[in-house]
Order: sequence, then C-alpha cells, then structure tokens
Amino acid sequence: MVFMQNVRKVYESSNTVALDNVSLTIEDGEFVFLVGPSGSGKTTLMKLITGEVRPTSGKVVVNDFDMGTIKRRKLPKMRRTLGVVFQDYRLIENMNVYDNVAFAMRVVGAPNSEIRTRVPYILELVGLEGREKRMPGELSGGEQQRVGIARALVNSPRMIVADEPTGNLDPARSLELMLLLEKINEMGTTVVVVTHEKELVNAFSKRVITIDCGEKTGDSSEGGYYGI
Amino acid sequence: MRLGYLIREGFRSITTHGFMSFATVAVIVACLIIMGSVSLLSLNIDRLIKDLEAQNEIVVFVDESIGDENAARDLQRNIEAVDNVASAEFVSRTQAMDSFMGKYDASLMEGIDEDVFRHRFIIHLNDIAYMSQTKTELEAIRGVAKVNAHLDYAQNFVMIRNVVSVVSLVLIVMLVFVSFFIMSNTIKLATFGRREEIAIMKMVGATNGFIRLPFVVEGLVLGMMGGSIAFVAEWGLYNLISGRLVGSITGSLLDVIPFREYALPVFVIYMGVGILVGAFGGVNAIKNYLKV
Repeated sequence: MVFMQNVRKVYESSNTVALDNVSLTIEDGEFVFLVGPSGSGKTTLMKLITGEVRPTSGKVVVNDFDMGTIKRRKLPKMRRTLGVVFQDYRLIENMNVYDNVAFAMRVVGAPNSEIRTRVPYILELVGLEGREKRMPGELSGGEQQRVGIARALVNSPRMIVADEPTGNLDPARSLELMLLLEKINEMGTTVVVVTHEKELVNAFSKRVITIDCGEKTGDSSEGGYYGI
Repeated sequence: MRLGYLIREGFRSITTHGFMSFATVAVIVACLIIMGSVSLLSLNIDRLIKDLEAQNEIVVFVDESIGDENAARDLQRNIEAVDNVASAEFVSRTQAMDSFMGKYDASLMEGIDEDVFRHRFIIHLNDIAYMSQTKTELEAIRGVAKVNAHLDYAQNFVMIRNVVSVVSLVLIVMLVFVSFFIMSNTIKLATFGRREEIAIMKMVGATNGFIRLPFVVEGLVLGMMGGSIAFVAEWGLYNLISGRLVGSITGSLLDVIPFREYALPVFVIYMGVGILVGAFGGVNAIKNYLKV
C-alpha cells in the first residue's frame, strides 16, 4: 500500500522542484501505471517509494513504513516488502541466472533448503526454466528482464515497483512482460509500473496515474493514457 | 549458514575480481617493501653510529701519588658509581707500558721505568651525548689526576645521530602517509567497479553488515597475502643487498644487522599494516556506496 499526501520534493543541489503537492493512494492488490513524459517526476516518485530519496515535505507511507521519518537501519526491512524491477535489468554480471535470483533470498537469510525449492519455482513462473546456468550476458533483453522480475518476486514482496521495465525491449517482448506482471498481480501482489509507453498502457484496462511537471494531472481507474 | 555464505563470498570475490585483487596485493607489497627497507636502513645506520660511539672511550688517569696497584683498583667502585659510565676497565702502569711498547718501537723505551706511566681506567659510556658532564664528574673523584675525553668527536657523533634520526623519522612518516594514501586509493579503485553490485544489494534489502562482511573478508585475505609476500620479498632483498655489501671492500668495515634479528617485528608490522589497510580500506571504500 502506498499513501502520499501533499508530497513535495526539491533537489537542493540543483534547486529543482521534482514533485509538488502530490497526493495519491495505491491499495494492496492494485495494478497501477504511473505515466508521464520524461522529466515529469515519475522516477522521483518511485524513488520516494523505494526510500532512495526522502520527501522535502508531505507524508509518504509505503507498506506501513513512514518514509519521511524511517531510520536508515530500518530501510532494508522496508525494502524486503518491495520487489524492484529496473529498466536496465541490473543483474550481477558474474552470477548466473540461478544465483542472481537466489542472491535476493540469501540477503534476507533464507535457508538453503528453501532457496533450492523456491528459485526453480519462480524461474518457471517467469518462463526461464532450463536457463539457470546461463550468465546474464548470454540472455536476450527480454530474458534478462524476466530474471529481474524473478529476483523481485522471489521473496514474495507485498508490492512490485517496475521502473520503465520495457524501456529496452521491442513491442512484442514488452507485451509479454506486461502480461507476466499482470499474472503476478492476479496472484495478489500490488504492481506499480512506471512507464511512458502510451500504446502499452492503453492495451491494458488498468488504473493510470499521470504525472506532469511534478504534479499529479490525472488518475483514471478505467485506464487510458492520452498524454504526449 | 549466512556467515559461512558471506565468508565464501569474500573468497569468491577475490577470484572473480582477479585483476583488481592482484593490483591491490601488488600495491600493498610495493608500499610495505619501500617503508620496510627505509626503516631497516635507518636501523642499520643507527646501529653503526652506536658502534662507532662505543669505540669512543674516556681514559681516567689515577693520581701518581697512588702507586700501589690495589689502591688504584679501589677507585673502580667510585668510577662505576658515576651515572653515565657503562664499564670501567682497569689498566695498570705495567700493562700500559706493555701496550705502548707493542704499538711503538721498543727502543724508544730503553732506560725508562714503568713509573712514568700512570695506572688508568678505560671508560665506556652509556650515552656520549653526556660526555662533558661525565668527564666533570670523573674529575671530581678523589684520586683521579686527569680525564682524557674527545669531546669534539662526541659532539660530532651526537649531531650525526640526531640528524640521521630526524631524517629517518621524517622519511618514514612521509612514506607511511604516501603508502596509506596509495593503498587506500587502490582499494577504492578496486571497489568502484562494484558500486552497481552494492546498489543492487541495497535494493533487494541487504543490510550494511551483509554487504560489508564479504569486503572485510576479502580485504583481510588480500592484506595478509600482501603482508606475507612483502615479508618474504623483504627478507630475500635484505639478505641479497647485505650479502653484497659485506662482500665488498667498504662493506668489510660495516656490521650489517642480520635480518633474523628483526624478522618477528617486521612480520608482525607487515601483517598488521596489510590487515589494517585491507580490511578497513575495503570497508572505508564502500562507505559512500552504502548511503542509498
């Protein structure tokens, strides 16, 4: 669950107002597209959710953690309730597919026996069975992003936050990936997808929150992205 | 299980980042050898000066009125009671004459009685810097006629010793700073390529301790490797150079300290510096990447 009230974020080094007076609520189990042109403030909004930046003013609550006051040492605990998917996949190059996913479980101290059963299950779920021993460099972009999703999913997070997950993929692979995220959402995980791909958003009838020039300019529960 | 995994990760990282591991160890080895060599050279110079100082003796002549050898010997207790006196060796007038005749032409002494020589004491000092003060104290002893001391030599030695000590200290301190700077920057460079890996760890919920521990293990292992290699290399280098020096003409005048005399402290210091630089350098280098 994400709750934002009158959120303002100013980057003091450049004196840039990235977000201004943004209020929104994302309930557990929702699938939400967060859309807007480049430089609109989408990524800042995502960084507020992941705890990479703190709000200048206003309230941000993510999965019951108050992100404005959360202590640095509590951030790992908060991040374990999230699964983050990046545009550039961010896989560890010297680890194979299995280890890239298992690594996320090792971080939370999962026992080996659980890792051995959970990782193959998740890899099968994202369609990567038989690819366990491959290194990231040996996979296509779509496959690498599936590894990223598997890693985000493996610890059963309450919410998946995907930042432009299809940014480096062709339309067919983008659609496949979005269907995978939809499937994950149907299994009960909240999904927030940050994107600026109009066609992709319009292909799904999901809630769309529009951000432009740091302000929330739209919130449509029926879907549809009509921006530029 | 988790601790074992993190330790294994530390070791695994050494091989997966092979080139940077090699560079880190190489820099630690080079810096330790440079620091160690200068320190050992300084110790040898210090020892050489002390040896030369020890040869600089004071001669205390016993008053002619004390002709009896036993009575003259009795002065030894008073002489040795003076603070800075390390040793006092009694030389009778007979021994003094024999020594003189041994050094010079015996015909010079024909018809001359041993009574022209005085009983005397050859004194070695603990610290020649206080030679003048000691000379005064010896002259004050009843029964002492005269004290011969080369004060000008002593002053020169003290000056040389002080200059060498200051120069060595400044050089070593500078080298220590430069070496720590180079070593910590090499480790920073080695960890720079892994900031992405650290960022991913942070995003999947890794604690700082979880991220640090493999770096600590890796740093410890690399530091110990660097320290051990530097120790063995220093030993070989020292023996090679000292062997050549002693074998040469000028070297025959030098008494080089055997490496084994300093082997243990050198080993402990090298390992200590290696571990300190490796482990703390690694943790310090990733400090900024943990602020995500």
